[in-house]
Amino acid sequence: MTVFAEVGYYEAWWIQLLKAVAIFAVVFQLVPVVLLAERKLLGRFQHRYGPNRVGPYGALQPMADIGKLLFKQDFRPAGSVGWMFALAPVISMFTACATLALVPFSDTVDIFGTQVGLYGIDPSIGILYAFAFGGLAFYGLMLGGWASGSKYSFLGSMRAAAQLISYEIAQGLALVGVVMMAGSLSLTEIVEAQSGPDNLWYCIPQFVGFIIFLVAGFAETNRPPFDLPEADAELVQGYITEFGGGRFAAFFAAEYLNIIVVSALTTTLFLGGWNVPFVDPPTWVDPIVVLVKTLALVFLFIWIRATLPRLRYDQLMSFGWKVFLPLATVNALVTAILVVVW
Amino acid sequence: MPYDPGPDVVEVVRAPKGGALRGTYRAFGETLRGMKTTAARWAEGTHTYQYPEEKTPVYPRFRGRHKLHRFEDTGLEKCVGCSLCAAACPADCIRVVADENTPENRVSAGERYAAVYEINLSRCIFCGYCEVACPFDAITMGHDYELSDYNRSDLIFTKEMLLAEPLERTPLRAAGE
Repeated sequence: MTVFAEVGYYEAWWIQLLKAVAIFAVVFQLVPVVLLAERKLLGRFQHRYGPNRVGPYGALQPMADIGKLLFKQDFRPAGSVGWMFALAPVISMFTACATLALVPFSDTVDIFGTQVGLYGIDPSIGILYAFAFGGLAFYGLMLGGWASGSKYSFLGSMRAAAQLISYEIAQGLALVGVVMMAGSLSLTEIVEAQSGPDNLWYCIPQFVGFIIFLVAGFAETNRPPFDLPEADAELVQGYITEFGGGRFAAFFAAEYLNIIVVSALTTTLFLGGWNVPFVDPPTWVDPIVVLVKTLALVFLFIWIRATLPRLRYDQLMSFGWKVFLPLATVNALVTAILVVVW
Repeated sequence: MPYDPGPDVVEVVRAPKGGALRGTYRAFGETLRGMKTTAARWAEGTHTYQYPEEKTPVYPRFRGRHKLHRFEDTGLEKCVGCSLCAAACPADCIRVVADENTPENRVSAGERYAAVYEINLSRCIFCGYCEVACPFDAITMGHDYELSDYNRSDLIFTKEMLLAEPLERTPLRAAGE
């Protein structure tokens, strides 16, 4: 049998189970936090307070939203395709969670005498795994829009497909530079390659790649200014128009989970993961460092949303194909030459 | 001779100038500038009134819910039931039924008084024509703008309600505010 990927370090099955639950629990708890942070920060950017009525400082607002969504009627339009309609949010949720497994919060650490890697899984194909699930995430959007049997949803899903494909290429190419510099696809090794006093975080030597990855990340997560698949003003939320209640909640949570995942991946690949410059903190600080960097990037996502208007569709396409793709290619070529020459 | 629009015509820039690289560089710079702008808005702080607790102050001439007035010294109603306000009302929301004052039952300072004075506030457009039409300044527009109720009949304000000292629920805007 052909082995497509190897896994660097195996633990006992019960440790893997515990790790899966722990990582999912921790990162999934960030979703309501990001939800609230987004609404409050957007308010601040617009001279408003944002939600401040439910609970202290509006802290229970996401809970109220979730409660409202879950108790709504689970409506399905007559023209929709039932099983696809039900499957789409599940796919979105699944791919978002699956990518989480890749984010390394620290290297292997010694917990009560057991060697545990503080990451879900560390396959040798590393970042390709993330792109594989990113590719699967299309289906959530595509099936969701297509199965709804509505024009707006269909338009939204078509846009989503075109946009995600165009930007995924640029995103992948932007990473080639990082992979070449680190000499590995494994995320833990990429982080290791950024540690130490002689190694810079890749956001500096790979600045162009960093920007491309980040902007393509905005497009991949359908965030403003690349929220054309949703486009509330023209497409009334695009592929999620016909979804309500729990299914909408799943799409919504998946979107925010994707933001967190993209931020965490950017942290890992370009911002040195759990490394802190000039100091060498104890191991237990590592996951906190990763989370802080991730949340800083989430803040950037929100800041950009408050700043930039949505692109026109043709501008989006020409930006992706005529600017980002050549730029990412040139970046990869130049990095390749420099890596060989050095 | 072809029409010469003169120097008023400005050429419309239909596409970003420069090549793709320059455009990208400029887009990057402009994005940073935009982010600086939004961050500055954040630093300014909020301009929100926390509404139910903190009311939006109104200008002195704000036209809110009507008030009927009495003479301060005698306590008699100013309204003499002349129905000029009802005649002036474009929304036809005022109903006045006049009655004669008698020595035993003296309600207003004039010959007659308004036995019934009703304003249907669900119809009122707050134009203030009643206030202008009134020869005795008996009706004026107040400052109260919190006029919601659970059914329409509750929005028909009677004379007693309009005469009653209104709950001063609305703050006035200070000079220069």
